[in-house]
Amino acid sequence: MSDTEVSPEIMLAFYKRLYPYKSIFGWLNHEHTPTRRFTHREWAFTLPPDTYVRYQSFADADELKKQVCQLNPTRFEIGPVYSAKPRDRKTVRAANFTPQLRELVFDIDMTDYDEIRTCCSGAGICKRCWAFIAAAVRVLDRAIRDQFGYKYLLWVYSGRRGIHLWISDKEAMELTDEQRRALVGWLTVIQGGKEMKKKVNVRQGTKSLPPGIQMSLESLRTIFHRLILEDQDCFAEEEGWETLLQLISEPSVTRRLRAKWEIKSRSSEEKWEDVKREARADKGGKIHDNMVAAMEDIVLQYTYPRLDAEVSKHRNHLLKAPFCVHPKTGRVCVPVDPSSIDSFRPERVPTVSQLLRELDEAGASAGAEATEHHSDWQKTSLKPYVDMLDRHVAALMEEVRRAKREAGPDRSW
Amino acid sequence: MQNKEDRQKLLAQQTLSKINEVENHGTRRYPHRLNFYDKPPLGDITIEDFETCALDRLRILAEIESSFVRNRSWDELKNITITQSDKFLQLNSNSAWTLDLESQRRKDHVGHFVLRLAFCRSEDLRRRFVKAETALFRVRFDSDDGEENLEFLKSRDFGWEEVTADEVEEHFKELQTAAASANREPNPKERYCKVRWTRVPDLIEKRRVFLKGGMAYVPSREQSSIVFQEFQNSLMKSLEMTAKALPFLDEDTRIVPILNNLSQGFLAGVSSEWSTATAGSGNEITADMIDDMARKHFPACMRNLHECLRRDKHLKHFGRLQYGLFLKVLGLSIDEAISFWRRSFSNIQDDKFNKEYRYNIRHSFGLEGKRANYPAKSCQQILTSDQPGTGDSHGCPYRHFSPDNLQTALLSMYSSQGLTSADLPEIMHTVKAGHYHVACTRVFEITHARQGVAKGEGVGSGESVTHPNQYAARSRELERERDGDNGKKEDDGDVVMMG
Ligand SMILES: [Zn+2]
Repeated sequence: MSDTEVSPEIMLAFYKRLYPYKSIFGWLNHEHTPTRRFTHREWAFTLPPDTYVRYQSFADADELKKQVCQLNPTRFEIGPVYSAKPRDRKTVRAANFTPQLRELVFDIDMTDYDEIRTCCSGAGICKRCWAFIAAAVRVLDRAIRDQFGYKYLLWVYSGRRGIHLWISDKEAMELTDEQRRALVGWLTVIQGGKEMKKKVNVRQGTKSLPPGIQMSLESLRTIFHRLILEDQDCFAEEEGWETLLQLISEPSVTRRLRAKWEIKSRSSEEKWEDVKREARADKGGKIHDNMVAAMEDIVLQYTYPRLDAEVSKHRNHLLKAPFCVHPKTGRVCVPVDPSSIDSFRPERVPTVSQLLRELDEAGASAGAEATEHHSDWQKTSLKPYVDMLDRHVAALMEEVRRAKREAGPDRSW
Repeated sequence: MQNKEDRQKLLAQQTLSKINEVENHGTRRYPHRLNFYDKPPLGDITIEDFETCALDRLRILAEIESSFVRNRSWDELKNITITQSDKFLQLNSNSAWTLDLESQRRKDHVGHFVLRLAFCRSEDLRRRFVKAETALFRVRFDSDDGEENLEFLKSRDFGWEEVTADEVEEHFKELQTAAASANREPNPKERYCKVRWTRVPDLIEKRRVFLKGGMAYVPSREQSSIVFQEFQNSLMKSLEMTAKALPFLDEDTRIVPILNNLSQGFLAGVSSEWSTATAGSGNEITADMIDDMARKHFPACMRNLHECLRRDKHLKHFGRLQYGLFLKVLGLSIDEAISFWRRSFSNIQDDKFNKEYRYNIRHSFGLEGKRANYPAKSCQQILTSDQPGTGDSHGCPYRHFSPDNLQTALLSMYSSQGLTSADLPEIMHTVKAGHYHVACTRVFEITHARQGVAKGEGVGSGESVTHPNQYAARSRELERERDGDNGKKEDDGDVVMMG
């Protein structure tokens, strides 16, 4: 079988033998015994050919597994914790069925970088353009930890050309939609549709950038140099450097640069040096200040994370569960360690058929329908990824235990 | 005259001494003008009081809501609210020479709690009530005496923590840049307090503070934000609790009709005339009329979506939503809508269309899902919600296009209707100032000058564009008027002005 093949039979085998239900349960539940965080949680299943089943909920990991194996969905999504069990929603008054808790989630997708990347477009993704995602992960991971103080971040590869972030800190889980919108506002720098050339408008005139963005800018400067100037060579073609000139918007400067670049082909790096030289020439003047601000904005426009804001703003947004399989690529949506994001290679992520082959090669007893396969993933290259999630879950559970101890004896027992 | 002044003075003095007396005994019910409404009013309330207090307050809240809907500035809203309050719901400071602070404050208190009962019943009503009440609170807070505000704030724990001088020193640079980027005059002696960022989402959303480890460093000048947020949050929580308790309350049957009446009054206060489909009113249009209509009657946002659709044979989700609902309200029936979209997405196979789009079209007509008949988006919604992402075509061109592209787009869309490049500077000037609806209104006037629309006339009686459907409807109306006239004139050749 081909590596990208995803037939219903393959999916069923994957769900029966490999999907790490226990780890997912612990991650959503924060404790060993089922709480509302799990029992009142919405699950939604996509069934072939095009049925979408919402408001599913389960008592524990076993029940989840049973249903997944029975429905054999192409994928499933995780929603919020409601005030009542989603499967009972028809029996409660609408006012008593509202979303209460939800991980704070982010979605970054390569398609939002189509106007910048020169190596691929659309659904395509290669090692070179993954660098945009890597830059976004670094900036966002750091901003959320330093500025918002959250600790329990889980990054998950989306299976094709993007990445998801799930934040499970208590406060993050409890955020209202209004607070989520505010947080997204704080983090959003790139704005405007395809007709808007200048997409960074975050400062007053040429005054300094807000402190949070200033901090991100420092690490993005290096990325800009390596990724935009050297690797993607974004200003090589006329369309690219015309955009650059429009973003500088100093008529006298852009006239000079255009004249120069039209006659002689210069690399993006050389062009950027030209821009810097023009700025320096007016040191202390107004053009200099405008250009320094414009150059910082350009660095941001080309490298700052492009967030799909709608995903993050609403508690009741559903997002594909980790360890699902992408139907087009056959790759598993595995957790990703942000500290080694630069060396992450989407094409090395195991595919579902590869995993099943590994399992067979490992001599797992074939045809043993009756035996439980709780830890079959240990025999495959899925192991490091499940281990990563388990470490995350252990830290999260430890935090919850500590908070409980501090809150004093629980009298509800 | 002499007599009246004397009497007023005497009464005022009596009142003051009365207040002092009560203060001394520590039994004053309303020590502050402002109220967080933590406790319900005590004592019996007559049914008449119940209704008057609520109705008078409702007038003010409805005016506040309509100010939001009409996009009035904060200052305008504030002035209107103060004028209305003087008429219906006076509430004076302790320093005021007024007769009966206690009964003013009791009326304020009772009115608020009656309206809570009326507006706790749906999420939408709760949200709108909280928004209007918070605005009222803010108007009062802004116009109150500074000393009294401080006293009021001391009466409650806001969970803020003073930032020590050492800590200010440590983050000096960030605090200064935060001030500069929020357009506050940097003040080296500024005092700060810190709170969890979740207490000041408005300051976070606009990046007006320094944020570290989840703590927002709020300068004293912005502290009122924490107060308003607290007011809003605690009111929302209380309303949710009231909503849960309400069905189990022993409802007084005389109260129920009053409550129903009150909540309807609030709903009617908002304009929604463009929110429902016009189907059945003789305005039906068919799929093949749209190309022609777009050229003649559509505002720039819809022209752009239409042209993108023709060019790309596709529109992304929010584009489909914005354009689809507009066409629905314009009079496109469900069958015509499906036929229109089916033909427009000509690169898409039938089964993909049926799977991915048919449902959504039916849904927007209220035929699927929760069966809500979705209203078309107003300018306000188009301008502020669902900001277009990098590959999107929806939104408002006046706001979301870069200046160059906007000018090119306007000329290509409207030069056949009389718009020339000489008109652009004026339009771009209003765009730059952020008055997108003014720019759109001006384009309407220019492109309908041939039908006799003069500058300043807008879409009729000086009204500006607030809804794409209003734009299109007025444009069609003008065409019908002209066609009606032309029927007589065409035979005579040129029209001669008589008398
Ligand atoms: Zn690539």
